[in-house]
Amino acid sequence: MAEDHTHDHPHDHKHPHPFQPDLEDKPLTHYQAMTEAVGELLIEKGVITGDELRAMLELIDSKSPAAGAQMVARAWVDPAFKERMLDDVLAAAEELGIDAGGIPIRAVENTPGVHNVIVCTLCSCYPRQLIGLPPDWYKARSYRSRTVREPRKVLAEFGTVIPEDVEVRVHDSTADLRYMVIPERPAGSEDLDEAALAGLVTRDCMIGVTLAKAAG
Amino acid sequence: MLRRHHDMGGLEAGPVDPFGPGAEHDYAPWEKKVDAILRLVSDQKRRIMTVDELRRGIEELGPGVYDELSYYERWIASVTNNLIEKGVIDIDELGRRMAAVTEAWPAGGVTEAEPKTGGEST
Repeated sequence: MAEDHTHDHPHDHKHPHPFQPDLEDKPLTHYQAMTEAVGELLIEKGVITGDELRAMLELIDSKSPAAGAQMVARAWVDPAFKERMLDDVLAAAEELGIDAGGIPIRAVENTPGVHNVIVCTLCSCYPRQLIGLPPDWYKARSYRSRTVREPRKVLAEFGTVIPEDVEVRVHDSTADLRYMVIPERPAGSEDLDEAALAGLVTRDCMIGVTLAKAAG
Repeated sequence: MLRRHHDMGGLEAGPVDPFGPGAEHDYAPWEKKVDAILRLVSDQKRRIMTVDELRRGIEELGPGVYDELSYYERWIASVTNNLIEKGVIDIDELGRRMAAVTEAWPAGGVTEAEPKTGGEST
C-alpha cells in the first residue's frame, strides 16, 4: 500500500500511508474514551455481554430505508394494505416480516391536496426501525427549529417546492410516537412491479422533505 | 414563555443545508457503540435506564455543553451520568478506565477540543 499509491502528495514521507487512515491512527477523544470505558466496564461487570453488544451493533447496521420503502411500495399496489398500514404501522410491518420495534409509528399519507413532513423539535425521534439512523440535518437546530414554523421554506431548501394550494402538515415526533410519510406514487409508475416501485422510495421522501423519485 | 434549551421548535434559525458539509455523515463505530449500549441498558431484560432518562440527562447538560458536544457525545455523557447515578459504575473506576483506554490507543488521546464531525449545527 505504501509503495504503490499515486495520489498527489505535498510532502515527502517514508512511513506507511494507507489511503483510508485506520481508526486507530486518529487520537481518541474524551467521549470516545468514555464510550470504550463504559462498554468495557459493563461487560466486565456482567451487565451486558460482548456477544450482546456485537449483536446489537449488527442490528443497528441492519436497519435501512429498504424496510420502509418495501412497505410504501406495498401500500401503493395494495389499497387494503395501505389502510392497515395507516391504522397500525407495526402490525402492517409484521405482515411483511419486518420488525418495526415496539414504539408506535403513525403513517401519514401524501395526497394531491396534502403534503406531510416529519420533525422532532425536542430531540431526534425518528422511525429508525423502518428507515435507519437519521441524517445529521434532521437532528440539527435549523431543521428542528424552523420546520414547524416555516415548513414550505425549509422544504424549498431541499429543492421541494409545494404548490400553494397543497396543504403542508408538519408532524412533531415524540419518544412515544414517531411518524413516517407515505409519499404519493409517481406518475408514470403504473407498469412497475413492487420491487421497482420500492426503488423509487427514498429515505428523504419518507421524512417528507422530498417526493418519491420519478418513474423511468 | 420560558423554554428549556432543547425546546427549539418554532425558533429562528439559519437555513437547512441538506447538501452541505455536516448535513450527513456515516456513523463512526464508536457512535454506533453508544447507541448499542443505550439500547442494551434500556432493554426489557435490563431496564437500567429509560429513554426518558437519556433525554433528561441530555437536557441537563445545559445550553453551553449541549451545543458544544456532538450528538452521540451528548448521548454517552447522559448514559454515563445515569449509570453513575444508579451505582452501576463508579466515577473513579470510570476515570481510571478512560485513562487506560487512552493510554492503550495507538495514536493516544486528544487533550483539547477538536472540530466535531456530525455535530449539531447551531
